[in-house]
Amino acid sequence: MKILVGIKRVVDYNVRIRVKPDGSGVDTDGVKMSINPFDEIALEEALRIKEAGKAEEVIVVSIGGDECQQQLRTGLAMGADRAIQIQTDQALQPLAAAKALLKIVQQEQPGLVLLGKQAIDDDNNQTGQMLAALWGRPQATFASQVVLEDGTATVTREVDAGLETIAVDLPAVVTSDLRLNEPRFVKLPEIMKAKRKPLDVQPLADLGIESGHQLSVTRHAPPAQRARGVMVESAAELVSELKNRGLL
Amino acid sequence: MSRTLIIAEHGGGRLNPATAKCVSCAADIGHPVDIAVFAETAADIAAEAAALTGVDKVLTIEDADFGQPLAAMIAPEAAAMAGDYSHVLGPSTTYGKDLMPRIAALLDVNQVSDIMQVTGSHRFQRPIYAGNAIVDVEAPEGAPVVATVRTASYAAAGNGGSAAVESRAAGAERPQHSRYLDLKSEGGDRPDLQTASRVVSGGRALGSADNFELVYRLADKLGAAVGASRAAVDAEYVANDLQVGQTGKIIAPDLYMAFGISGAIQHVTGIKDAGTIVAVNKDAEAPIFEIADIGLVGDLFQVIPELEAALDDG
Ligand SMILES: Cc1cc2nc3c(=O)[nH]c(=O)nc-3n(C[C@H](O)[C@H](O)[C@H](O)COP(=O)(O)OP(=O)(O)OC[C@H]3O[C@@H](n4cnc5c(N)ncnc54)[C@H](O)[C@@H]3O)c2cc1C
Repeated sequence: MKILVGIKRVVDYNVRIRVKPDGSGVDTDGVKMSINPFDEIALEEALRIKEAGKAEEVIVVSIGGDECQQQLRTGLAMGADRAIQIQTDQALQPLAAAKALLKIVQQEQPGLVLLGKQAIDDDNNQTGQMLAALWGRPQATFASQVVLEDGTATVTREVDAGLETIAVDLPAVVTSDLRLNEPRFVKLPEIMKAKRKPLDVQPLADLGIESGHQLSVTRHAPPAQRARGVMVESAAELVSELKNRGLL
Repeated sequence: MSRTLIIAEHGGGRLNPATAKCVSCAADIGHPVDIAVFAETAADIAAEAAALTGVDKVLTIEDADFGQPLAAMIAPEAAAMAGDYSHVLGPSTTYGKDLMPRIAALLDVNQVSDIMQVTGSHRFQRPIYAGNAIVDVEAPEGAPVVATVRTASYAAAGNGGSAAVESRAAGAERPQHSRYLDLKSEGGDRPDLQTASRVVSGGRALGSADNFELVYRLADKLGAAVGASRAAVDAEYVANDLQVGQTGKIIAPDLYMAFGISGAIQHVTGIKDAGTIVAVNKDAEAPIFEIADIGLVGDLFQVIPELEAALDDG
């Protein structure tokens, strides 16, 4: 079985982003970029499944300009066998991303597709569900545990009410939540080795997808700021402050 | 065809309060509002939905396959109904986040995720980068708008309605590839984190599940729900459903009290809409103080018992 893992290049989660003064976007100049943390977890899971002897090959795929090859190489250094770049300078919306991934799914025929549940830049949380819908296959989103057996994935999902478990027939799309695993650190020799692993570049235009109806993003703004608060010195003072505000 | 369909969320035979918040968002869009209830037995849930102010019709689609919240079962049916609507909304709870994009893809549209404000029938504001930027988004005319509603941005619609309830037959083909097994809920009798007016939260500083009792005790004294940071959940002091933040719950209580939580952006994004934020942290430089309305620099193991005592004194 092959496992396909989607990884997105995003602003590192430790960076405090700033909205450009003209509202045209978010400042990404000279900002540290990383693999979306949820995708890194998805990749780690794929690698563990392979190491447990339940998959033969792990393929990482990213959609973006050539700069995303950096994240693909990191994925290869983590242990993926080969990489595919869907090359485009446009920022794809989730529907188009799902359609592009579907083309790769049709080429590669994976038994499992693992994606992060959301990318921490646009926070859309859509692509995995959309890919599953377009592919006509099951989805198991927000996974905190994945058990593969006899062509079935039993997936524990982090839902508002607690932990839900569903079983889905393979092939399927699984999206990772934070507690699925802790990704490994990449060791230097692996980085060297990763340079020799295959990275196949496929121009988006060659995939022949229709991006469908697009949303237009017309303006970026910083969030409303909360007014500066007050400091109190003791528990007793805190209680009387809360009483003054009618909160107790 | 300017009409809004809301996909109801329910559990344990009751309507989830997130649905009433979607009704408030739909009211801002301004078109007539219907609610679809997919369930095995829908009557009680439909009655709750029909009582919400501003709802025109409640449509029940009953089938054993809809007894569990499986997106793959519900999406084709919901997508088939969408032809009669200009807008299809669901809550940005885990239920809605799972289901709505699957519906959107079947309708060949992108989803507007986490609407926090409606500025026109096809214009919305939504947060990106964990709420560190807000974008204006415009959905194309001539295609259905599929969206999730950021529930913390809306008050629940009232209970002054008396909508008609109509039953619809399920017609779409249903897949055999997905099966629901079970749900493990810590539950308990404490107020629900997503709807409570007071929330007391603990972070990594609590140090153990046993020490977290301190947070529970104070919460009980205040009639508050209990929340936690990711670090506290990862360390297994509490269950995952108590996590507040970007990847946990986005909440808007009147009072939020954070004990031993540093205030990482991913946590803070979950509480930005709280009425009053109280922070207790022993580090005066902790970022949580930047957004706290009332801050106290101190050791929580000392402060919590003192608070209890002060509350007992009346
Ligand atoms: C993709 C992604 C998503 C994330 N999503 C979330 C999310 O949804 N929710 C979330 O919470 N986090 C989330 N995080 C994690 C987040 O970045 C922080 O790591 C986390 O919030 C830290 O939890 P904490 O504040 O409890 O722990 P810490 O940051 O370790 O803070 C502990 C605090 O306790 C204080 N302290 C220590 N001892 C005491 C004492 N005795 N009395 C008083 N104060 C004391 C310290 O001064 C410190 O400020 C996410 C991270 C990533 C990468």
